[in-house]
Amino acid sequence: MMENINLDYRIIARIITQHAHILDLGCGSGELLTLLIREKQALVQGIELNDEEMHRCVEKGLTVLQGDIESGLVDYPDKSFDYVILNQIMQEIKKADFVIDEALRVGRKVIVGFPNFAHIKARLTLMFAGKTPINDALPYYWYETPNIRFLTIRDFVEYCAKKNIIIEQKYFLAKSKLVRFLPHLFALNSLFVIKRNGD
Amino acid sequence: MKFASIGPVTTHFFVFAQPPASLTLESGRSLSHVTVAFETYGNLNTQKSNAILVCHALSGDAHAAGISTEDNSHGWWDEMIGPGKALDTDKYFVICSNVLGGCRGTTGPSSDNPLTGKPYALDFPLITIADMVEAQRNLIDSFGIEKLLCVIGGSMGGMQALQWASAYPERVRAAIPIATALKHSPQQIAFDEVIRQSIMADPAWRQGYYYEHGQPEKGLAVARMIGHITFMSDLSMEEKFSRKLKNEKLSFQFTDDFEVEGYLRYRGNNFVKRFDANSYLYITKAMDYFDLSGDKFMPGVKKSPVKFLVISFKSDWLYPSYQSQDIVRVLKQKHAYTTYFDLTSTYGHDAFLIEIADETRLIRNFLANIRID
Repeated sequence: MMENINLDYRIIARIITQHAHILDLGCGSGELLTLLIREKQALVQGIELNDEEMHRCVEKGLTVLQGDIESGLVDYPDKSFDYVILNQIMQEIKKADFVIDEALRVGRKVIVGFPNFAHIKARLTLMFAGKTPINDALPYYWYETPNIRFLTIRDFVEYCAKKNIIIEQKYFLAKSKLVRFLPHLFALNSLFVIKRNGD
Repeated sequence: MKFASIGPVTTHFFVFAQPPASLTLESGRSLSHVTVAFETYGNLNTQKSNAILVCHALSGDAHAAGISTEDNSHGWWDEMIGPGKALDTDKYFVICSNVLGGCRGTTGPSSDNPLTGKPYALDFPLITIADMVEAQRNLIDSFGIEKLLCVIGGSMGGMQALQWASAYPERVRAAIPIATALKHSPQQIAFDEVIRQSIMADPAWRQGYYYEHGQPEKGLAVARMIGHITFMSDLSMEEKFSRKLKNEKLSFQFTDDFEVEGYLRYRGNNFVKRFDANSYLYITKAMDYFDLSGDKFMPGVKKSPVKFLVISFKSDWLYPSYQSQDIVRVLKQKHAYTTYFDLTSTYGHDAFLIEIADETRLIRNFLANIRID
């Protein structure tokens, strides 16, 4: 069963505690949230924009708000959730800085997952082919990609240091296993558990 | 998917607040001998845990589903309530009652005042959405239902759903407010005031004491015409009428040249036959008074035990989506686990009654995940 589930989902399911309150921003059709309910009896709330994905979430019995991520966070009181999840959407949101800030206010911890733009193959494609990289984590041509920003593991670590955000855990992912050797080069995806300093 | 209607239904009547008891209203005044007209569909289970209360909008009534044995009319939400429908009567016990202040069987200004034996007219006290909910609560109590599985309604019905959840969070498992608001905006109050003025400007209104002489038909018809304009959208009116003429040529007279004029006149004149003008005044006032914004919603409750499904329609300009988003905002403050859907539509405010495909899918799936104890 677990084998069919994305590695990032499996790691997130491992990270969160039993009965945790979860807010998933850009929850898609709710697969991750369903997993978190099954594995950790989590109490979940999703935010999603797409009509069809919304219907799928409701079919699964998930509570989900239709709206964009930027405006979805602002009305929640501080620390409304144990975890706020920003998985694979950082590259799509306009005000990333604001969203991370708000997520850290609304959640005790924030789980951030994004594709690593500095993967070795991406670097080589840029370097030698002179073309925008396309790989498993970045599967789109330039003219169809929803991604409006490209960031790397190093970018994010630097950002957290500058913003005085504590990185509690970090995971570097290849397609179906963790990367331990030179993750800046070999990780396709990364997952960070972050929290505000002082929380 | 089309499902059959549940077939013949009859309206029943429940009487409460028999002296010395009375129903104390939000205004401080009270009413006795209160009758509530209601219909039910499906069966109440032995645990009494499968009841859904349907709340009607401004001009609705208790006849929400099936075919009336009285006049063969279909219920106003017949496509939503019945076997296999969004509110599946094979699973749920569905109750719908006419609101307090109404004129379709429940006590209202056209009912006889027990003190005088004549219609109350303007001696009837002003009522609020909370008062309507109190009348419903008395009805629900009479069934011995401790906790409703769901309260659902559109427009003013949505206000009642919100009021139920706010006043009785421990007695409602889920609430579905549709195309509604926590409070009327000045624009909505303004429309209601024009509606009321058009009734009151009709000399036949006679300061409300018209019952021996007949309805202020002209005023009420105009009031309803205004209403109908606000229920539609620019696009739905274009699709339905465009600038089509009733006859081939312009008349160069003040007759109803355009189809849209004919439609409004027809709707207005028809409405007069089934609705009391004073009820229209009382009910629109109740909607204008309604305000559960800010701290007034679920006072004292930190964490809402009620699950919410909030629905708005993109083409609805009378109750715009932002008002439903305001509801969601208040629910976030109450840590309520909420589903909100802004459904694509063209029919304006009427969408909740007409464009039922997505609405059905959403409500059915939402309810399917609320376990009947």
